[in-house]
Amino acid sequence: MQILEPRANPSKVMQWAAPPIAIVLTLLIGAILFWGLGVSPLTAFYVFFIEPLETSNGWSELFLKASPLILIAQGLALGFRARIYNIGAEGQLLMGAIFASAIAIWCDGIDAWWVLPLMILAGAIGGGLWGLLPAWLKTHFNAEETLTTLMLTYIATLFLSWLVSVPWRDPGGSNFPQSIMFGDPALFSMMFEGLRVNTSVFITALAVLIFWVFVARSRTAFELAVGGQAPAASRYAGFSARRAVWLSLIISGVTAGLAGAAEVAGPVGQLTLSLSPGYGYAAIIVAWVGRLHPIGIVLSGFLMAMIYIGGDAGQVSLQLPSAITGLFQGMLLCFLLGADAFVNFRLKRRKPTLAKGAAA
Amino acid sequence: MIEHIVPILVGTLGAATPLVFAGLGELVAEKTGVMNLGVEGMMLIGAIAAFAAAVHTDGNFVVGLSAGALAGALAALPFAILTLTLGANQAATGLALTIFGVGLSAFIGQSFVSYSLPGVQPLAIPLLSDIPVIGPVLFKQDVVVYFSFICFAVLAWVLAKTKLGLVLRAVGEYPEGAHAIGYPVTAIRYGAVLFGGAMAGLAGGYLSTVYTPLWVQNMTAGRGWIAVALVVFATWKPGRLMLGAYLFGGMTILQLHAQGFGVALPSQLLSAVPYIATIVVLVLISRDRKLLQLNLPASLGKPFIAGG
Repeated sequence: MQILEPRANPSKVMQWAAPPIAIVLTLLIGAILFWGLGVSPLTAFYVFFIEPLETSNGWSELFLKASPLILIAQGLALGFRARIYNIGAEGQLLMGAIFASAIAIWCDGIDAWWVLPLMILAGAIGGGLWGLLPAWLKTHFNAEETLTTLMLTYIATLFLSWLVSVPWRDPGGSNFPQSIMFGDPALFSMMFEGLRVNTSVFITALAVLIFWVFVARSRTAFELAVGGQAPAASRYAGFSARRAVWLSLIISGVTAGLAGAAEVAGPVGQLTLSLSPGYGYAAIIVAWVGRLHPIGIVLSGFLMAMIYIGGDAGQVSLQLPSAITGLFQGMLLCFLLGADAFVNFRLKRRKPTLAKGAAA
Repeated sequence: MIEHIVPILVGTLGAATPLVFAGLGELVAEKTGVMNLGVEGMMLIGAIAAFAAAVHTDGNFVVGLSAGALAGALAALPFAILTLTLGANQAATGLALTIFGVGLSAFIGQSFVSYSLPGVQPLAIPLLSDIPVIGPVLFKQDVVVYFSFICFAVLAWVLAKTKLGLVLRAVGEYPEGAHAIGYPVTAIRYGAVLFGGAMAGLAGGYLSTVYTPLWVQNMTAGRGWIAVALVVFATWKPGRLMLGAYLFGGMTILQLHAQGFGVALPSQLLSAVPYIATIVVLVLISRDRKLLQLNLPASLGKPFIAGG
């Protein structure tokens, strides 16, 4: 039964080799899947991963989709290192989008420079509040954050649905559950003529920089990581577990909220039910595939964005089912977790080694 | 008033049945020390497998439910391999299973969206179903609801009164000890996780072939997560799990009937009630740390790799 034995030290090589291994395995199963669907795997991979990058529009979309994924994953990774599992980033994203939209809707018609900054701030507050709530429930009532963050996501979705169906429904929108289209003062400016990518990517870039510097040097980040890996040592050193919960949930809520604000003030341009294609969930995978490391997350964020874009392209030009994106995401994470086992374990040698026998 | 109460109670049992199956399955897995957050994903995989099987057998729900249970167990297998053999983090792996289940079921389900099934007629038990109120509520349900009663009774008995139950609990409380006296801890946990998967698959299958009976993408709508929360609420006791499931089933049904009573609340607020209630219930039970500590399987969530 036992096929693994623990390594003396975690393998540094495997730690960084695991994501590429997971990617290769996902592609391999993907190839079989494409073949089963009657599409040549080579054609499918070309459509998924090469063709979108042959146009400037493809690159624009890549940055547009990678940006929220990277931003959210940076915040999530901080908590995951402390073993605080916020899996409700999707709900925090929606609350950020709702708060930002409130400003855009109330300030409709006002042509002032401060509308957009106020929206960004509101987005951060909205997401932060939706992270603060489970932190409070955890620190004061000991309620498991995995379950509360997820329940709050369902609640945020229903709240959004009510907002766009009743109070904020666009009267001229032929009864669709969506808000008015936002005016220019409430939108990020475009960076290139005719492309959708906008200046919100600089928020993500700034966040990456902050998290990179912060994670590498700050004492707080160290405390969080110790708290996750060695709770007893952490308590002994006097690090507060409560503070870790507050910090990780609020910070990850804020980053998700910012991402939500950037969606409504960016490519979506209004509050709608379908403003996020599951970025909050996908960012969980991005954080893990990126090894919870700020730069690793940038790489995995682009990979995940490619899966999104490829899924869209495959649907349009190969008539592949749209659900294939979710399937790839799930496979990637499963394979990664499997490959990760070999960081701390290795395959058991066939014969017991001499050294072990001598030691016994 | 009585003419309102009876249909609500009748509906409550149906709405609660998926929670009963999924919750009992997760309870057994957690009793042995394994927390599987993939219940939602396994339910969805079970739901689409059951629906597909039932469609291909002209609406045979028994074939459908069996396929659902089998698919749920199969979906739990990679989770078991990753967490039990490879020592992967249980929370992360369970989450991965849910993400995978959402994707896979949507992928397979795309070709089944337009189908519908006949559903299952209630089976009135002679004499007993004639008792006022209790009769129609308890004894005029579909067969699967009766099956859920049996599952509960058998499980509660096995856990409390049999040697198997004792071994299961020992593995969860003190895996090193159970291993030392010769019980195959990993194999027992495999069994419990696969059982949990089968029960989640059954729960999903009930939704898609009996309760709705349709396939809709993401049709479980968080019920898998609510089932996980119910296990905490139940403090790992089957009886309390049933109580919790019926409480939530009742809430779902009340919410559907609310409009009929002239309650002028937005439908979204009513739909949010089960999720809000889940949080409230978690808070109420978790705030009593002693109660939780006393009942929590001691090794819950911790990997166990024998030897080395």
